[in-house]
Amino acid sequence: MRIGVITFPGSLDERDAQRAIRIAGAEPVALWHGEHDLHGVDALVLPGGFSYGDYLRAGAIASVSPIMAEVISAANSGMPVLGICNGFQMLTEAHLLPGGLIRNDHGHFIRRDQALRVENTDTAWSTGFELNDEIVIPLKNGEGGFIASEDELDRLEGEGRVVFRYLGVNPNGSLRDIAGITNERGNVVGLMPHPEHAVEPGFGPDTSAAMRSGTDGLTLFTSAIQALQAV
Amino acid sequence: MPTIVVEVMPKAELLDPQGKAVAGALARLGKTEFSNVRIGKRFELTVDGPITDIVRADVEKIADEILSNSVIEDVVAITYPEAE
Repeated sequence: MRIGVITFPGSLDERDAQRAIRIAGAEPVALWHGEHDLHGVDALVLPGGFSYGDYLRAGAIASVSPIMAEVISAANSGMPVLGICNGFQMLTEAHLLPGGLIRNDHGHFIRRDQALRVENTDTAWSTGFELNDEIVIPLKNGEGGFIASEDELDRLEGEGRVVFRYLGVNPNGSLRDIAGITNERGNVVGLMPHPEHAVEPGFGPDTSAAMRSGTDGLTLFTSAIQALQAV
Repeated sequence: MPTIVVEVMPKAELLDPQGKAVAGALARLGKTEFSNVRIGKRFELTVDGPITDIVRADVEKIADEILSNSVIEDVVAITYPEAE
């Protein structure tokens, strides 16, 4: 099982994403934005960071990178694609996911260990969760406010396409507390919080059991591996 | 060189945190006559050669598809230079 992680100029978290994939039991494959080649991977992660310095709009320039032609084609043929933070912004800019992300309503960059509720366990990246599981993974963004038209929000809710919802605190003004969504097919998922930073004891969020022991993010990656093995 | 100007604004119904921060600064300076500030973008596209219908069509497409994101922004103006 080979999962590609695409590095764009200004990506920050591609190494953490590769590490998460390795810990989950698959082989990470480093991909470069300037190529038209996915190197035969089985799934894709678009990592967090500040591609192109967030110039124009967060994720906008990356969404028209050479490799995005292949990403869009692979996503449309069912390949599991996960966009984390800046990767989520790219997926909306590439129209693989609806809505958009705007500057946090309070105007500040925020970093916190964030509680989320899992509301869809049928996507390629969430099958390993139980419905309504409450998880904690790190969040860190300046432009994480999810917005969409009222009609689009109603459609997302009606079709069960809200995968992760903020619990307790809405950290960025996202409409309806939406933290992550999926496409109609369930193979493409984007979320603002960072599951790749909560995959190994000693390096994750604090839990009631022990400091930094949280590994809730790992399930996104093991879910994708299971989804691919089931095909 | 002819220059085409494209202006993009955040959608009126959306919060503009940058504008809000500037409005707050103005209020602190005592400039209380300004009740609201919104920040948009101005793009200047320089063209090598004449502005043909093809160029105009391209500009409109680029303005809609790349320079703005219709989910969060509106293209409020595209201004072409005066014909020489």
